[in-house]
Amino acid sequence: MNAKSKTPIAWLQRNLFNTWYNSLWTIVCFALLSWIAYGVGNWAFNKAQWEVVTSNLPLFFVGRYPADQVWRLWLVLVIVVGTIATGILNRKRRFLFILIPVCVLSILWLIGGGFFLTTVGTNLWNGLLLTLLAASISIVLAFPIGILLALGRQSSLPILRGFCTIYVELVRGLPLIGILFMAQVMLPLVLPSQIQLDRVVRAIAGLVLFNAAYLAENVRGGLQSIPRGQVEAAKALGLNTSLSLLLIVLPQALRTSIPAIVGQFISLFKDTSLLSLFALVELTGITRSILAQPEYLGRYAEVYLFIGLIYWVFCYTMSQVSRKLERKSI
Amino acid sequence: MLIAENVHKWYGKFQVLRGVSLTVSPGEVVVIMGPSGSGKSTFIRTFNALEDYQQGRIIIDGTELSADLRNIDTIRQEVGMVFQQFNLFPHLTVLQNVTLAPTYVRKWSKAKAEEVALQLLERVGILEQAQKFPGQLSGGQQQRVAIARALAMQPKIMLFDEPTSALDPEMVREVLDVMRSLAESGMTMIVVTHEVGFAREVADRIILMDEGLLVESASPIEFFQHPKEERTRKFLSQIL
Repeated sequence: MNAKSKTPIAWLQRNLFNTWYNSLWTIVCFALLSWIAYGVGNWAFNKAQWEVVTSNLPLFFVGRYPADQVWRLWLVLVIVVGTIATGILNRKRRFLFILIPVCVLSILWLIGGGFFLTTVGTNLWNGLLLTLLAASISIVLAFPIGILLALGRQSSLPILRGFCTIYVELVRGLPLIGILFMAQVMLPLVLPSQIQLDRVVRAIAGLVLFNAAYLAENVRGGLQSIPRGQVEAAKALGLNTSLSLLLIVLPQALRTSIPAIVGQFISLFKDTSLLSLFALVELTGITRSILAQPEYLGRYAEVYLFIGLIYWVFCYTMSQVSRKLERKSI
Repeated sequence: MLIAENVHKWYGKFQVLRGVSLTVSPGEVVVIMGPSGSGKSTFIRTFNALEDYQQGRIIIDGTELSADLRNIDTIRQEVGMVFQQFNLFPHLTVLQNVTLAPTYVRKWSKAKAEEVALQLLERVGILEQAQKFPGQLSGGQQQRVAIARALAMQPKIMLFDEPTSALDPEMVREVLDVMRSLAESGMTMIVVTHEVGFAREVADRIILMDEGLLVESASPIEFFQHPKEERTRKFLSQIL
């Protein structure tokens, strides 16, 4: 094509109405889209009753967390945003190794209480708060376990390799809901009776066990994409096995598997909605109990659309971060 | 400096090395030639235990190579290797490629490792590219970085496994020049290559390998002008 003119009409002509059948398609699609937009708009502005969302906002976000203690959660939010900001702004990352554990501990302390703060039981950790907690703790725990399983599957020790292979294949063959059930019901049977695991902990254990297996496969894909020459070069320089793994193989393998790994994190985040089936009142759970209130009976569409938007915002953020990381690492 | 005695190696039933012996004295430059599949790459890769062998002995600078991992790691620190495919670490800058092993294996300070690395990069003529990533360099430049990376460990022997075979013709020379100056500085070198010119000029001794055996070992003049073995004459007639 010759020089592209920039006026909107020329653009329309070139891209939407360049042949008679493309013009026809344009008109049909436009009509369809307007019809959908009108339907949705009409519902959202005239029929929908958003009161169920607006008057329950605190419930969606923190559930039954004691209202006089909610300032602690604001403080947590400040810490999280502050840590991320320093992580982005500061070029020297080394001190993050100290900062992050300190933050994690203080966050858990602020939410749960004890040591001069009123204790808030896990049954009161609800709504989006619980969703975010369960998802982030599961991600942080499942990731290293996944890496270890992937390395184990490549190990030259037959027993280790066998165990990791069987674990991954077994877990991948089971539905998540079944694993969550087992974590709730069977974990207490297996563990000695002195140890009583909290419901939330059991749910997180289920999520971690399940996702570690999938992450292991993603990481293994990355490991296999590293040419043999890389390991040979590392060996030839005198690096021992662990150094060559840490400095040469894993950094490259993890970078290639970023899209798959973040994909797994995103589905883990959404899978936390299954916890509502085990009497854990996270975002989906609190939605169910809001819908059970007599005055809001039947307001499904409004509420599920709203929490759908919340889930989407977090998942979209994750995928954007993933794309940033991929681009950075070339 | 290096003694290999009667080295045998099998891949399953196929025998790659059928009893090869070689002695290399300090400062000597040995060029190994031979048709592809003759086992020459495999042979030099046994010197730093990238390949194992089933029979024979290899002694490097007085230390015998054994299956013990510590022993292998120590020997690898004394033996530098340059590969056909460069094998630079793509996620690290040129400078980091060179300082990596000295900092983590030799435990040098960052300052010392960088000082040595910059000297070496200057020596191979790549100083301006120190902060670039390997993917941004040409093949010849990458191979010169790979030589600097191996030298940074201050090895006693350098192994070159067809260092110019993956290069575009116009880049072969810059790599050979670096290798030539390295040989002049007194480094002990074992080079697997098809570069006749390099072998003729730089080698103290040329070895011909074929079908897992050492066929002939001679000085460049004898090797090219008065080869003793029929197999050598045939090989030379094919490459010259």
